Amino acid sequence: MRRTGPFALVFHACVTIFMLAPLVIVCLVAFTPENTLSIPWRSFSLRWFNAVFEHSDLMQSFWNSLGVATVAATLAVALAVPAGIAIARHEFSGRQALNGLLLSPLIVPHLVLGVAMLRLFALLGARGSSLWLTLAHVVVITPYALRLVVAALAGLDRSAEQAALSLGASHLTVFRRITLPLMLPGITGGWMLAFINSFDEVTMSIFITSPQTVTLPVRMYMIATESIDPMMAAVSALMVAVTAVAMIVLDRLYGLDKILVGQH
Amino acid sequence: MTSKATNTASRWTPVALSVPSLALFALMVLLPLALTALLSFQQYDQDRGVQSGFTLGSYALVLGDSYYYEIFFRTGWIAALTTLICVLVGAPEAYILSRMARPWRSIFLLVILAPLLVSVVVRAFGWSLLLGPNGVVNQVFELLGIGKAKMLYTSTAVVVALVHVMLPFMVIPVWTSLQKLDPMVENAALSLNASHWTVMRRIVLPQITPGLLSGSLIVFGLSASALAIPGLLGGRRLKMVATLIYDEYLHELNWPLGAAIAFALLVINLAIMLSYNAVLEGAYAKRMGRS
Repeated sequence: MRRTGPFALVFHACVTIFMLAPLVIVCLVAFTPENTLSIPWRSFSLRWFNAVFEHSDLMQSFWNSLGVATVAATLAVALAVPAGIAIARHEFSGRQALNGLLLSPLIVPHLVLGVAMLRLFALLGARGSSLWLTLAHVVVITPYALRLVVAALAGLDRSAEQAALSLGASHLTVFRRITLPLMLPGITGGWMLAFINSFDEVTMSIFITSPQTVTLPVRMYMIATESIDPMMAAVSALMVAVTAVAMIVLDRLYGLDKILVGQH
Repeated sequence: MTSKATNTASRWTPVALSVPSLALFALMVLLPLALTALLSFQQYDQDRGVQSGFTLGSYALVLGDSYYYEIFFRTGWIAALTTLICVLVGAPEAYILSRMARPWRSIFLLVILAPLLVSVVVRAFGWSLLLGPNGVVNQVFELLGIGKAKMLYTSTAVVVALVHVMLPFMVIPVWTSLQKLDPMVENAALSLNASHWTVMRRIVLPQITPGLLSGSLIVFGLSASALAIPGLLGGRRLKMVATLIYDEYLHELNWPLGAAIAFALLVINLAIMLSYNAVLEGAYAKRMGRS
């Protein structure tokens, strides 16, 4: 194979720096001892992290986000597993339409979904409800869970299932004892990806959260449009850290490149 | 696909399996979109709010005012420029990645793609630190003797941050199509005295064209409807369609107008995706068919 030339390496280095720069700067500024957004060259301090933990609105939003993302990811997986089985394993009229509908939140802008759900919630009197907010999150993260479930089913060797069936196992037993365990890496990967996407979601949530249900990214958006101080950098650094931990877990469980590139 | 699907008992299995998700998506996607379409035809009164009845007033307002044209035009060129930069940076980067040796390839693929998983608010905040008046970029400019530039709250900041957010969406499809390229084909061409340039143009480029197309569609659609980046980095003066919709809904409270603009955005978005897809994939299929 031809080696990568020096020009290509310089280009690659620039792209890598470009991709990492905003995340690195956020993590550096978070440790500043100053009151201004500056890089702590001489000394560093944890005061802005303390400020985050003492900021009751931010902490409330963090718990909101955690709750919404946990429940929404679980519901999304609970919907995606049966739907994925229907799509991957059965021929029926409307299969393509079902697949298209369930993947549509990837194509319909979250902004449009946000205003559309705001209208629905206003008519139902559901503004400010955590339950409806969670259901809205389920809608936008189901496509991620569905894709991994379908991929897991496509890569599954069916001979074990056929052997069990021929030995007289019922369909339910085969599903419970063979299919489900074989799908497990795909399901956990789908859950984690759905969780991260829910935890990060801002564009739709900004329309449908109310003061009690504001999620963390929405709270950060609201704070950032008014004033920016190093506390924002500290929250951001914490979010980068949480994401990094989730990524490592995801990588160990499933292989992160597989999830992100969608190849199996 | 499965032989079981033929017997009558399992004819209802896929229906039963898909009913829960179908119900949720009908309630939370189809119904709200239909309600919003209806809302865009309703009257808005400054004092009494949304009125019943049918009117094209909101659409007439958007079509008749150069203020809205300007915002749509600005959104269009910012999304187009973002797409172009993503093609020019993302395609070579995906190619370089695909040619790297084993451990480095997965490591750098993760480095390029991992920012996808970090909230867009965090990334926007990072760029506001970098591009601010005393930010790192301006400090570098001063060292180089270029002098300070105003970048934050201009279209420059919006495009830079959008490229950062969108680049993975370009790298992924190009990378995927490169995986199907057998490196032996390139080596064969080189051994037959083809120049590197010819190999690129005749072998690599046709291979990655479908990836570039789908990447461009995703990047353009997401850029045109991005809210957090223009909201945090464009400031109040640099309005884009998304921030305009946000203001109409949450500040002006003129929901019918906001719904009309949102619907226009959705329709334009879908139209560009479908036509661009049809035209270019048709042309691509023809060219591949001929050669």
